[in-house]
Amino acid sequence: MVTLKINGKSVTVPEDYTILQAAKEVNVEIPTLCYLKDINCIASCRICVVELKGRPGLVASCVYPVAEGMEVLTNSPAVRASRKMTIEMLLSNHNKKCLSCSRSTNCELQRLANDYNVDENRFGSEATRYDIDDVSPYLVRDNNKCILCRRCVAACSKVQGIGAIGAIARGYKTHIDGAFEKSADSTTCVGCGQCIVACPVGALREKTNVDYVWEALGNPDKHVIAFTAPSIKATLGECFDMPIGTNVEGEMVAAIRQLGFDKVFNMDVTADLTICEEANEFIGRVQNGGTLPMMTSCCPGWVKFVEHQYPEFIPNLSTCKSPQAMFGAVLKSYYAEKNNIDPKDIFVVSVIPCTAKKFEVTREQVNKTGDFQDVDVSLTTRELGNMIKNAGIKFAELDKEEFDNPFEIASGAGIIFGATGGVMEAALRTAAKKLDPNFEGVEFKEVRGTEGVKEAEYTINGTTVKVAVASGLANARKVLESVKSGEKEYHFIEVMACPGGCINGGGQPCQSDSVKNYVDLKTIRAKALYDADAATDLKRSHESPVMDMLYKEYFGEPGGEKSHHLLHTSYVERQKY
Amino acid sequence: MYKEPAIPFRGTKEQEQELTAFIAAHKDEEGVLLPSLQKAQEIYGYLPIEVQTMIAKGLDKPLSEVYGVATFYSQFSLNPKGEHRISVCLGTACYVKGADKIMEGLEARLGIKCGECTPDGKFSLDSARCIGACGLAPVMLVDDDVYGRLTVDELDGILAKYRG
Repeated sequence: MVTLKINGKSVTVPEDYTILQAAKEVNVEIPTLCYLKDINCIASCRICVVELKGRPGLVASCVYPVAEGMEVLTNSPAVRASRKMTIEMLLSNHNKKCLSCSRSTNCELQRLANDYNVDENRFGSEATRYDIDDVSPYLVRDNNKCILCRRCVAACSKVQGIGAIGAIARGYKTHIDGAFEKSADSTTCVGCGQCIVACPVGALREKTNVDYVWEALGNPDKHVIAFTAPSIKATLGECFDMPIGTNVEGEMVAAIRQLGFDKVFNMDVTADLTICEEANEFIGRVQNGGTLPMMTSCCPGWVKFVEHQYPEFIPNLSTCKSPQAMFGAVLKSYYAEKNNIDPKDIFVVSVIPCTAKKFEVTREQVNKTGDFQDVDVSLTTRELGNMIKNAGIKFAELDKEEFDNPFEIASGAGIIFGATGGVMEAALRTAAKKLDPNFEGVEFKEVRGTEGVKEAEYTINGTTVKVAVASGLANARKVLESVKSGEKEYHFIEVMACPGGCINGGGQPCQSDSVKNYVDLKTIRAKALYDADAATDLKRSHESPVMDMLYKEYFGEPGGEKSHHLLHTSYVERQKY
Repeated sequence: MYKEPAIPFRGTKEQEQELTAFIAAHKDEEGVLLPSLQKAQEIYGYLPIEVQTMIAKGLDKPLSEVYGVATFYSQFSLNPKGEHRISVCLGTACYVKGADKIMEGLEARLGIKCGECTPDGKFSLDSARCIGACGLAPVMLVDDDVYGRLTVDELDGILAKYRG
């Protein structure tokens, strides 16, 4: 431990602390821009500079280590002047079209500009101009707003281990983009959107499909359905300044209904359906000598990662469609037939915390129900939040409402799908019961928690099952490499592309660095899901009455012919470079 | 912004083998990307997407990283060089004497931008930083020939000499 003074206050901290970390201990928040905890630490933006007594010049507190007897000033005239100048220079080459910016009021640069009373046109000069890239179905890049902090680059290369984007050229011409300035969908980008939630400004955003949804809602001939992914209930409240981790399921359903949707369904139900199919597939592979380890397939970012980077593992991917894709198929087959509606008149909107899902809905391998797209539009949590604001709905004050029949009730297994380890636990709950009817356990705590890689081993009715759970694709790569080299042997692997799983997805509300550097978003958001699981008596997917209904009335049995046609899919090899 | 060269990539098997052998021999050395790009430019004369992809594959690095380094250093060219290489000095003295007009004049006459090569492969156009002939400003080089005290009016005549 070392003792130092920050603004005259004495503080004792571990010796590997940076000044930035130590300052937090005395309740001083030093502003940051390029720094993002666990992701980016390159000391390039110079916003976090502080003064050290007895040392000329200023130092970057995000990397500068503490030392015994050090005296730090975080708010001296020199520090304030330097930060102000830095912001003004950043603004000199920033497209200040703030009014309509997707990050307005939620922009880290805007907040700093306000806090430091800057003159945004102090260095008004001829700025570099780039074309806005909105070619891919999920990502929009506006480099005119980019401040070159490289948080997106770090998220892509370090957190996800992909490196689809990087810094190109030098000096004034430096910009962030794919190799040869190719749009995201022409590179190895998997669409996870972690670059978007890492971006401090509005340079990156999802490609919005909100207008299509409004149009469908205004069309009396369309039967418009919305369904929400398990984690939306845990995060949508953040769009309305509610505390992180508030479960807003009731308000969410009420708000969507007020927007004019004909039906509001619960995607936790098709998470259950996925588990019925996937547990069945897993048991089949184990008992019949199928390809192992089996790997989950509900995360479209992960699936595309395998297609690009590890095509040799395509046979290991479960053939089950994701819950989103299953729901689309169910709605345009079973639901359409039962309610006597032409599937072409059904407009299906999914709300998913994910930008990769916008790509998934366009995959030809998932659209086999008919001559149409199963899910018409996939919205992110942010887009739904925007629609609710647009409609003038006072979200936090809404009376809670319930999902519509018949896709209303889901098991706790379906609920925890939104957190890393959740799909594995859900599958284990069902598979264990199927392998051993006397197996009563429903908690598989070894696979819970937000660590990047988790391993566990379970013996059920004499069968030993070795599992691994990874979140963040760089972690997934480690697991795949260990399988490839023969170092590790597993039967079942769950991967979610985003660190912590969907609760930390690329389509979730953007939280600024001042939150992310100090609060463990993943854990707090996941808690809302595990609490909801704890509160329900229905723990296993296959015991849900809705599953009973779906299989009795329509699908027959898991892995049956109809399931195979509507609920399963295939994959394609994609370019690695 | 990257603009695909007008001339298609014409790399040979031998060139590819030479590059692959270099990469294989140095793959595990630290900082191998830069020498690999230098070697590739030495072999091919420039670094088109096909060549950068070979390097990315060989070194198992993302293509974005390879491209990032290739565009960072001015020594690397993403465009092939022409049969005749034109180089316009944009150093201070030449610039003061109107070298920008010379550059614009050449771009207009050749139908390409600085850094590019004409579709027929005849001329490539680049800028140079002071070639030490300030007394002759503005200056340009065509291959090894020096043209000093240039005016835009002379450009057509000079280009014609090399077209023939």
